[in-house]
Amino acid sequence: MKNTIRQVFHSPKFVVGFCIFMSILLTMLIYPLINPGNPLQMIGLGTFAKPGTYVSMYDSVTTTEYSTFKLPDADAKRLDQILTSEDRVNMINWFSANNIDISKLNISDTQALLKLWKANYDPAIKPKGMTKAMRNYYIRLNTNINSAGNAETLSVTEVDPTTGETVEKSKISKTDYVNVDSVANVKTLPLGTDNFGRDTLKELVTACGVSIMIGLIAGAVATAIGLLLGLLAGYLGGVVDDIIMFFTNIFTVIPSFVLLILINYSIDQDQRGATTVALVIGLTSWVWTTRSVRSQVMSLRNRDHVNLSRLSGHSLPRIILTDILPYIASYVVMAFILQVSSGILAEAQLSLLGLGPKTTDVPTLGLMMNWAMLYSAHLNGSWWAYFPVILVIAFISFSLNLMNTGLDQVFNPTLRD
Amino acid sequence: MKGYRKYFGKKILWFVITFIVALMLNFILPRLMPGDPVAAMTAKQAQGLSEASAVKAIYDNYAREFGTNKPMTEQFVTYLKNLVHGDLGTSFSQYPRKVSDIISSAIGWTICLQFPAIIIGWLLGNLLGALAAYIRKGFDKVLMPISLFFSSVPAFGMAVALLVIFAINLKVAPISGGYGFDMIPNVSWNFVVSVIQHYQLPFWSIVSIAIGGQAVGMRSMSIYELNADYVKYARFLGIKDRKIVGYVFRNAMLPQVTGLALSIGTMVGGALVAEIIFSYPGLGTTMYQGITMADYPLISGTTLIITVMVLIATFILDIIYGFIDPRVKAAQFE
Repeated sequence: MKNTIRQVFHSPKFVVGFCIFMSILLTMLIYPLINPGNPLQMIGLGTFAKPGTYVSMYDSVTTTEYSTFKLPDADAKRLDQILTSEDRVNMINWFSANNIDISKLNISDTQALLKLWKANYDPAIKPKGMTKAMRNYYIRLNTNINSAGNAETLSVTEVDPTTGETVEKSKISKTDYVNVDSVANVKTLPLGTDNFGRDTLKELVTACGVSIMIGLIAGAVATAIGLLLGLLAGYLGGVVDDIIMFFTNIFTVIPSFVLLILINYSIDQDQRGATTVALVIGLTSWVWTTRSVRSQVMSLRNRDHVNLSRLSGHSLPRIILTDILPYIASYVVMAFILQVSSGILAEAQLSLLGLGPKTTDVPTLGLMMNWAMLYSAHLNGSWWAYFPVILVIAFISFSLNLMNTGLDQVFNPTLRD
Repeated sequence: MKGYRKYFGKKILWFVITFIVALMLNFILPRLMPGDPVAAMTAKQAQGLSEASAVKAIYDNYAREFGTNKPMTEQFVTYLKNLVHGDLGTSFSQYPRKVSDIISSAIGWTICLQFPAIIIGWLLGNLLGALAAYIRKGFDKVLMPISLFFSSVPAFGMAVALLVIFAINLKVAPISGGYGFDMIPNVSWNFVVSVIQHYQLPFWSIVSIAIGGQAVGMRSMSIYELNADYVKYARFLGIKDRKIVGYVFRNAMLPQVTGLALSIGTMVGGALVAEIIFSYPGLGTTMYQGITMADYPLISGTTLIITVMVLIATFILDIIYGFIDPRVKAAQFE
């Protein structure tokens, strides 16, 4: 046993897969400690907030601790931020509509762009074919550009609740800076929020755990059924074998995907928890294990040590436990690993079809994907809502497949490199 | 001819048995739903409907279709009778279209998408896997992990990735549908071009995943064969490397054909989900519409057709296998 484990951990493929899987598991365990709270809590009111650090505007304006800096490039950066890429393209369009040489202009060079703009723009010019709406847009853009650097101070006013008058509270100068530490509310969302305004990273970590659990339950159920049927069919043979193989052959061909859809559709949405879905997946995917266990057992059945055991009058459970199981253990473990990986995938596919676990309970990788697709995250550029999910699914099954390949090479010497 | 007859007879028998079981499952599973399925489905379906006659029509239609007051066996006979006439019921979400109508307009898209994609993915995957096993060294070291990773990406994930990269960022392919939304299906050059453009992304997302899975399988199969005793013996005899490689790959291909037959159901399932991402007008999208609209007859019809398609594909592969497997061939001359 010890020797086998040592051998397994000498396989580079297994070790890489094992490390990836363990680091996913560790993240799952540690991250909730760093960032506790309900993963399904809707912290954002809008949909799909961008990833990044959010600083409370209210707190940063009302804080009394601030320092004054005179940074040379502050104005330029402000302008940089104001000019969206769309604005830049429109400015270039205006230049070309007025036959201004833009061959040396770089669209990301704000200084040069503005210099050219200030030198040439005149609201009175009416380029040919330009609509009134577009001309008004340019006038607005020009005002924005000019005002961005002009106002030296902004005043913060407050509405007096009794009189309804606005009272000036403080003035903010362009050179005032607040230390992020002295702002009471700062929230870092490394993966932004999803369509419900939930912290995507926190949700993803929880979903990853739930999906792995679904995979483990499905894998355990499938392996248990497959092992039992395979042992019975392979060892007993005869009629039992015929009956079991009859069903196995049928369910090999009927796609389990279709069965999953039919069964899950029959279960009411309210009763469809993560565990139920996992059980259903397990119940529909035992066929592979049965097949491989059966063929292994059949080749073991007439080995000398099994015959000896049988002649010694050992009971059937004992023969199976001591003389057969240890020989097929490696196959069963490999089959289990594959079942876990396909269970996770099956849940994701079911959820995408809208037949996954109910949404209000727990997040799963499939449900996150489903909601991201329903809210067109892939069409509106909210990559953080779906891309990490795909990546996590891919990495989980990649690590499991790698472990499986590694084990395969350890136990099948003919496959070794 | 005796060997073939026996082999094919057995395969046909299995096909028929599996078909019957599939029919029964398709019939029984939804009927295991607790409570009165007709009332529940009518309630689900009638949400937002104010017209009493419409609700009644839905209820009557369900009751007629399920015949809830009749015994199960009689219901099954009615179900089979309708099926023989190609009647899969009436869709609720697209009333009064027949389910068979909807399916027949979708099935072509799915077959034309998945059949070539799976075959090409299988061929390319086997080629790459065999090369990896033969060349080893650098090629194998790079190709093997990449193939394994690609085969681990779910089909819908690959679909979304391709969609975002090529359709949204690079804008070289259309975003969704099977043809331009401003077109009506007809035989014209523009339409064909549009169909081909819309075909690319779904096609390559299925192919890339199939390649990964097949390459991994073919590689280990070929390594297994290359290490076999007959290869060593052939080398001792001085048979040319090229000839040995031919034998090795022919032997390694056989399990790959069986592997394709066994995994085609899973592949089709994954590809159907990928269809949804592109709103490709095939069976996957139809089924998805059925699920979201609680359109029971449509779901039942699509699952049945998908099962039958997979059964036929497996059957054809079994027949092909019979022709290329030397063991079945050898039985001819006994």
